[in-house]
Amino acid sequence: MAGPLVKFERVQKSYDGLTLVVKNLNLEIPKGEFLTMLGPSGSGKTTTLMMLAGFEPATNGEIWLSGQPVNNVPPHKRGIGMVFQNYALFPHMTVAENLAFPLKVRNFSKSEIDAKLKRALDMVQLSGFENRKPGQLSGGQQQRVAVARALVFEPDLVLMDEPLGALDKQLREQMQFEIKHIHQRLGVTVVYVTHDQTEALTMSDRIAVFNDGEIQQLSTAEELYDTPNNSFVAQFIGENNRFSGQISKVNGKQCEVTMAGGQKLRALNIVGGTAGTRTRLSIRPERVEIVADSKKHANVLPARLHEIIFLGDHVRARMSVAGNDDFIVKIRHNNRQELVAGDEVKIGWHIEDCRALDEIGATRQ
Amino acid sequence: MALILEDVQVMRAADGTPLKLKLARSMRRQQLKSLALIAPLFLFIVISFLVPILMMLRNAFYDPDIHDNLPQTLVEISHWDGKDVPNEDTFAAFAADMKLAQKAKQAALVGKRLNYEIPTLKSKTTVTARKLEAIEHGPWKEALIGLDPVWGENETWAAIKRASSVYTPFYLLNVIDMKQGADGSLQQTAPERQIYRAILLRTFGISTLVTLLTLILGYPVAHLLATTPQRTASILMIFVLLPFWTSLLVRTTAWSILLQDGGAITQLLSVTGISKLLNFLGLLHGEPALFKTRLATVLAMTHIQLPFTLLPIYSVMKTISPNYMRAARSLGATPAYAYWSVYIPQTLPGVAAGCLLTFILSLGYYITPALVGGPTDNMIAGFIDTAMNSENNWGKAAALGTILLTATLILYYVYNKLIGIDKMKLG
Ligand SMILES: Nc1ncnc2c1ncn2[C@@H]1O[C@H](COP(=O)(O)OP(=O)(O)OP(=O)(O)O)[C@@H](O)[C@H]1O
Ligand SMILES: [Mg+2]
Repeated sequence: MAGPLVKFERVQKSYDGLTLVVKNLNLEIPKGEFLTMLGPSGSGKTTTLMMLAGFEPATNGEIWLSGQPVNNVPPHKRGIGMVFQNYALFPHMTVAENLAFPLKVRNFSKSEIDAKLKRALDMVQLSGFENRKPGQLSGGQQQRVAVARALVFEPDLVLMDEPLGALDKQLREQMQFEIKHIHQRLGVTVVYVTHDQTEALTMSDRIAVFNDGEIQQLSTAEELYDTPNNSFVAQFIGENNRFSGQISKVNGKQCEVTMAGGQKLRALNIVGGTAGTRTRLSIRPERVEIVADSKKHANVLPARLHEIIFLGDHVRARMSVAGNDDFIVKIRHNNRQELVAGDEVKIGWHIEDCRALDEIGATRQ
Repeated sequence: MALILEDVQVMRAADGTPLKLKLARSMRRQQLKSLALIAPLFLFIVISFLVPILMMLRNAFYDPDIHDNLPQTLVEISHWDGKDVPNEDTFAAFAADMKLAQKAKQAALVGKRLNYEIPTLKSKTTVTARKLEAIEHGPWKEALIGLDPVWGENETWAAIKRASSVYTPFYLLNVIDMKQGADGSLQQTAPERQIYRAILLRTFGISTLVTLLTLILGYPVAHLLATTPQRTASILMIFVLLPFWTSLLVRTTAWSILLQDGGAITQLLSVTGISKLLNFLGLLHGEPALFKTRLATVLAMTHIQLPFTLLPIYSVMKTISPNYMRAARSLGATPAYAYWSVYIPQTLPGVAAGCLLTFILSLGYYITPALVGGPTDNMIAGFIDTAMNSENNWGKAAALGTILLTATLILYYVYNKLIGIDKMKLG
């Protein structure tokens, strides 16, 4: 099919007429993609999903599904499968009745229903559980039934709102794998909501990072981690060292930042500021090296070691650098020298690994 | 620390199971505490509620009037074969017993009891007892039959024999329009004397109707309350609970004022022209008469019972996540089908609890039918009142009460089988 399966066009949502819960959302989701909405609590993820499913009207803007505007299409005519956080399995129906529900309302014949039901149960490895009520299933099993129910009528699009939120860590990881597997096998488009970043990073084709009703960045997991566009994303995804300062010189895509203590650092000018713009520098802990040779790195600073934590394949060193007492460096185990707390060392990093982002609080627009 | 450990060791060495002992002692204190906490209420309920009820219910099958007042007669009559009129000894015993009973002013009780078996025996017994005082000696058989030929009939003596035990099925059979025949077999009461089955049916009928009406009226309101935002819901809830804050008597009286002939409702009907319309359609002749009708009874009872049905339904609905409906919709169900197949089944425990409550409470209605209902709208409770306060017939009152209690327990049992009492939610 030409064009995206889902398209949000300048969509806004307000519940109370005073504040916008979703601000100017523009988003295109191609067919077959696994897109994750990641963000802190209250950032508008569920609201966005509810608008897409048709349970909440968009206050402004238009939502398109397969090229058709759906603002006036009721939920039961959108043909979107949905998995809820607490599964929403109908407690008075058996597993089989739950799974047959979407087929019955579509007037499938008895034999078709049986065939589809069997396939769906096989898919989630729950054959033999047909006649149990949801209350007689474990959390993981209920979750599988919920996934199977959302897929059994073969929708083009499946929405999942924190489907694994109620499971323990081990089961969650197993289910992540299974959901991902099902997605690959069926080629169905999935919009997935979570506030667990590991989940988002491992499962998604693309991730939309939500904050404050806006998409902060929409890109692949790798890009999100390596090249965050703003301080919120840098801070929200993975671990991150930060310095506050002021741009003193701009040089093409690069810039020089002067810190409160007078040190000058060179960085990529992502924020697009001019001389005098306040900025926040972001460096990933594993991109920092302890250096003997000051020539190799663009940025070299003296550091004082506070603590070393051995973590098997790497060690984490916490140090004071230019007034930041919580500067973390990850050192690969075989590169580890004889470091002890209290040592004075020099650390350095490349310009490409140091990004000058917005001063936190002022979101990019 | 070390000291304590040593101590424990010493204790264990001394008497074997010191830890268990200690545990038991501490548990006992806990249990005593719980007992002490519930004891006052428990005693209160037992003394003021349970014991009186059981004593009252005992009257349904316990009736010592004959047993206590005709002891010698009963000894003699136990040898009686029932074929012929009893022998002189029996008559002599009866005469002696009756003289004593008359002296102790108990003869009327004997008469009342015999009257239940054979109507007309009450006056005959009391007259006989009075006249017996003047007769000094026998032969008693002739004397008694001379006083009243009824003593020469076998049925009379069979009735006395039947009534001889302190326990009798008479009252319970009576309130389901049955009786024991002369030979002890079960018989229907004569058709013109059958009244209780109609009363039972009426009681159950009115209760069912009221339950259905409260359900039909209450269910949508409960749904509204459960789904509107908390602030609006709280205000609406006040309106639902408002009737709770007024006494039942006041509300019933208010209804009787509203429903009076020429009262507010009749006036409203004629002012709006509804009376005329109904007259025109032939559904009504003249002004509507609402007061003292079945309609008034049902209306007032429905009004009073509405919150009892509504609140359990509401509390169950509160717990149903809106996600169930959303899930059903996303799976392709129309709103109506989703409501019917997903929402309503989940509210059934609340519906059952609310209806059960209203039905059971309705069975016991007494003041309302008496005040706003017509003469044929009296329900069981009204007859219990009459039996106790007007007829002084405690056996009948207790038997009717037993029927009411049995019906309630059966309903409760059925509910427990169908829904499970642990699922009952009342608010
Ligand atoms: N039905 C509603 N009425 C009014 N405000 C709402 C409603 N639902 C959500 N909100 C508000 O909208 C904002 C976004 O809520 P939303 O549920 O979309 O967040 P979320 O990103 O899904 O958060 P979470 O991770 O906690 O689920 C919140 O501030 C919330 O209080
Ligand atoms: Mg949410």
